[in-house]
Amino acid sequence: MIRVVLPAHLRILARTGSEVQLDVEGQITTRAILDALESRYPTLGGTLRDHVTHQRRPFVRFFACGEDWSHEPPDKALPDAIASGAEPFLVVGAIAGGSDHPRKSGMQYRIY
Amino acid sequence: MSKVRVLVGTRKGAFILTSDGKRQKWDISGPHFAGWEIYHLKGSPADSNRIYASQSTGWFGQLIQRSSDGGKTWEPVGNKFAYDGVPGTHQWYDGTPHPWEFKRVWHLEPSLTDPDKVYAGVEDAAIFRTTDGGQSWQELPGLRGHGSGPHWQPGAGGMCLHTIILDPSNPGRIYVAISAAGAFRTDDGGATWKPINQGLHSQFIPDPTAEVGHCVHHVAMHAARPDVLFMQKHWDVMRSDNAGDFWHEVSGNLPTDFGFTIDVHAHEPETIYVVPIKSDSEHFPPDGKLRVFRSRTGGNEWEPLTKGLPQSDCYVNVLRDAMAVDSLDSCGIYFGTTGGQVYASADAGDNWAPIVRDLPAVLSVEVQTLQ
Repeated sequence: MIRVVLPAHLRILARTGSEVQLDVEGQITTRAILDALESRYPTLGGTLRDHVTHQRRPFVRFFACGEDWSHEPPDKALPDAIASGAEPFLVVGAIAGGSDHPRKSGMQYRIY
Repeated sequence: MSKVRVLVGTRKGAFILTSDGKRQKWDISGPHFAGWEIYHLKGSPADSNRIYASQSTGWFGQLIQRSSDGGKTWEPVGNKFAYDGVPGTHQWYDGTPHPWEFKRVWHLEPSLTDPDKVYAGVEDAAIFRTTDGGQSWQELPGLRGHGSGPHWQPGAGGMCLHTIILDPSNPGRIYVAISAAGAFRTDDGGATWKPINQGLHSQFIPDPTAEVGHCVHHVAMHAARPDVLFMQKHWDVMRSDNAGDFWHEVSGNLPTDFGFTIDVHAHEPETIYVVPIKSDSEHFPPDGKLRVFRSRTGGNEWEPLTKGLPQSDCYVNVLRDAMAVDSLDSCGIYFGTTGGQVYASADAGDNWAPIVRDLPAVLSVEVQTLQ
């Protein structure tokens, strides 16, 4: 059983608690976890990664066992502690961010 | 007895304000979707209980929410906005080609007759349509593909399709406006489009009378006169009497002809409203006075409406989708500010009072008149 901790906004959206548990078959990778997460909670589709390209959204980060896995290949095997459920896989919204405006990267507002 | 429901999108959630036909006492519901930007929410003209909302953040992207009970409860529906085919490029701020990238939905325009049919105006500019209540969205690619798309450039807020107007007398005719490309029209339900920017003059672009490149901020139409359009451009208030084929300026005696929003009285097609804003960089009312200007002559002759509005030290903005009217008699006018106030006038603008004062920055205001 894989444990996943979601940020508050996505817990509300998925109508779930702070931690969700997923059955994931095969090798435990970031892609496998996200596939299972989106399959169980379809409303999360597009919120963590692009619908089409599956690129991680810029201000979403993934952590496993204290390590930042955001930039690791999505098919790389995660640590055994994640695969066994001893440790949760963390989905984190970046503390700074929220704007994709080219002249305001890192700031939290947009202008018109 | 008639009721009014005001749908307010803000930087940090949605709020629903309701009152009876007197429009004096208001109930406030919200925040819905707390913490998320709600660029727009709008009710279906065919079913007042059906409301759609555009919910987004830079962190988690775009969601569309749908209510079937007048905003009491909501359910997320489809949020996949995939451009048709290979999206190609538009111009970036520096003039270099830049790939089309979906960022958010700015405006939702429900069909006049079908609660499950909705148009969405998005950034980077394109128009999408759903016919299944928002579960799936398909682009109408003829707009981006009509030929001028590679020359469109973003405005300061991004390259957004922010205005969609459906012609009630002609189901095939739709108007849209894009910052900073201009206005466009289809007469065949969205299959083919053409720019309708003749008569616009924009000094800040290399060719001030170019076919595209104009920073149109908003367009408004009265349902009884669908060939007459009113436009608030980056600078200039404009009018067209022939469905956008040609525009002429009606800024007249306005203190500044910059602004974002424009709307038309529900019962008087020649009575229009704007909120002049100081620019290019300040984006607040001239002299710190929040004034709505009304023209009863379809433009050119404007009167300031000030009763109940702050007339000193006011430095808020009123954004493009943040004004709306109800259809009661007399006509109610509503607008929201970036300072979080929503002002209402139950007498066509003569007197104003805040419905609510301290919301997050208001991005959009829509009104439903309920019987």
